[in-house]
Amino acid sequence: MAHADVNFAEASRAALKDPQLRANFRRAMDGLMSKRAVQFADPQEWHAMRALGASVRLRALSRLPELLETLEENCTRNGITVHWASATEEANAIVLAIMQRVDARLAVKGKSMVTEEMHLNAFLEKQGIECIEADLGEYIVQLDQEMPSHIIMPAIHKNTKQIAHLFREKIKDAEYTEDVAQLTDLARRVLRRKFMNADVGISGVNAAVAETGTLCLVENEGNGRMVTTVPPVHIAVMGLEKVVETLEDVPPVLSLLTRSATAQPITTYVNMITSPRKPGEKDGPREIHLVILDNGRSKIYADEELRHTLRCIRCGACMNHCPVYTRVGGHAYQAPYPGPIGKILVPQMEGLGTRGEMPHACTLCNACVEICPVGIPIAELMNRLRAEAVHPDGTVKDAGAQASTVEALVWKGWAAAFASPTAYRMATMVLSTVGNAAPASLPLLKEWTSVRVKPRFAGRTLHDLAREKGIPDA
Amino acid sequence: MPDARSTILATLRAGRDAHPVETVPSDFTVLKDKRWEPAERLERVKRLMEAVHTEFIDATEQDWPAVVRAFLTEAGARTLLYAPATGAGARLHAEWGDDGPELVRYDRSVDDFKEEMFTGIDAGITMTLGAIADTGSLVLWPGAEEPRLLSLVPHIHVALLKADALYDTFWQVMTKNRWADGMPTNALLISGPSKTADIEQTLAYGVHGPKRLVVVVIH
Repeated sequence: MAHADVNFAEASRAALKDPQLRANFRRAMDGLMSKRAVQFADPQEWHAMRALGASVRLRALSRLPELLETLEENCTRNGITVHWASATEEANAIVLAIMQRVDARLAVKGKSMVTEEMHLNAFLEKQGIECIEADLGEYIVQLDQEMPSHIIMPAIHKNTKQIAHLFREKIKDAEYTEDVAQLTDLARRVLRRKFMNADVGISGVNAAVAETGTLCLVENEGNGRMVTTVPPVHIAVMGLEKVVETLEDVPPVLSLLTRSATAQPITTYVNMITSPRKPGEKDGPREIHLVILDNGRSKIYADEELRHTLRCIRCGACMNHCPVYTRVGGHAYQAPYPGPIGKILVPQMEGLGTRGEMPHACTLCNACVEICPVGIPIAELMNRLRAEAVHPDGTVKDAGAQASTVEALVWKGWAAAFASPTAYRMATMVLSTVGNAAPASLPLLKEWTSVRVKPRFAGRTLHDLAREKGIPDA
Repeated sequence: MPDARSTILATLRAGRDAHPVETVPSDFTVLKDKRWEPAERLERVKRLMEAVHTEFIDATEQDWPAVVRAFLTEAGARTLLYAPATGAGARLHAEWGDDGPELVRYDRSVDDFKEEMFTGIDAGITMTLGAIADTGSLVLWPGAEEPRLLSLVPHIHVALLKADALYDTFWQVMTKNRWADGMPTNALLISGPSKTADIEQTLAYGVHGPKRLVVVVIH
């Protein structure tokens, strides 16, 4: 998405007026929240698992550069070619170069949020390479030329009827049906041909194990296994924070991930890939490439507080529990990562100039913090980014971009009034008189009073009442 | 200009060395404590896997080839892809007879019969290394003898599970068997037939992989 097009506030207002969209999200998020709660019904187990998950992620971050080197060394020894990319353009170029070398015309892709960051599909399309999304939800949004609206369930904003119409319109010889099994079977027929004929399979990585050089992928559909097994070349793309130290670290991370994301004890498939096809093996890709992408992560890592953003295991539970996300839906954010994690991650990647509004779309209700399986202090980071947005000396890209002279003056006045008893008394007197007289339809007030009753200042201040009761001034 | 690798690693090192990341010890007790009595494990595996549409059949070491043949005949399968190089494959070949589904050998590169595999195979059969009680998952290490696509492309996946090869957790499987000492090309956990909930959260089975997963428990 071009930055000039980003208008989160406007998109949110539009989304709020769409009853179908709101109903689709409300229903889905309610279901996901209650199912997740069943998975973590035992509070003792939940706290112990969460502490273990957080410790695994923190240990990986504490040795991040060393673990990435070990990962590279072990992958290389296993026959996996490792590439490094600072920016998304570099990552796209790496993928393209591999494809051109093998003369690829068709790629099939398993679900991967990093490739959304890269806008890889659009990039490859421009180069004349067809890149088909194989995850059913991603396939649906690709058919409709949309972005995913949820990192786990990309087509959650659509209902069956909408998908039925889309399939009839976009898939050759498709009959109209609202039967989910038949719609799924239709996608199976189309995509199986693509798996069979694809030159390259592209996937993300849920966890990369430094100790053994193993790439772990979880999924339910089998598309992840298809794209990593059937085509002759497999390209895996990962954000550099996805590494874990040991193989033993994988079970707690995957358990927290699948239980938090879709409330499953584990996904249908856990796919651990350690090498390309060895001599004597009859299937599997002959080449595997791992692209390690930075895209601002190393800068996030440099900040002691903000680096906790990189603990994330991309379960999406914070979205499911977010009162803002549930109402505006995923598309309003106009970003690869929506919801609470998006609100702290995207402004750090893309800058507070275009993304400065995102951390404000939060009530600080703490619901996401309560359920984050690796204990990311999302609300604290949200506050930090709000401060960064108005302080030009901050560390985040485009810090100070949202600074406003009026706002700065208001705060200065507020500080002055609270520092002097006389100023405070005068200010409250003026405000209560003017405030009560001011009509509810005044420009700034209207924003509030259009949906709420305008409050009245009391005739006497709390200080007066306290004094009357004989409570002395401090 | 320095390459991306050295830039990234240098930035990470500088950031970390200026402010080291505080860690807490990893306490795996919560996983170690997940234990079930041997008799409970199979029941739990069945309950969790049946909840996601896996089918279970009982057999013995002597009769499992006949049980598989009877099941597939009943299911209307015309072809069964199998790995002739495995012990189970040899048994199938020796005891199959002529009246069951046609046995198709997976003994060459997939590149030589991709079209046939995708369009002409009804069922595939694999062995397993065991099952996990915690999550209801089969453990597979496909390889040269038993290729990866056997458990993915055919519409029906028949998996042989020895009734005594049961573990408590995924963590126990990998630590007890020292997986970290040498991982295979591909290691898999399979917990049911292929499924999706991407259309309005309605569960549908068989989206890309097998539509049916049949576990033959060998007692």
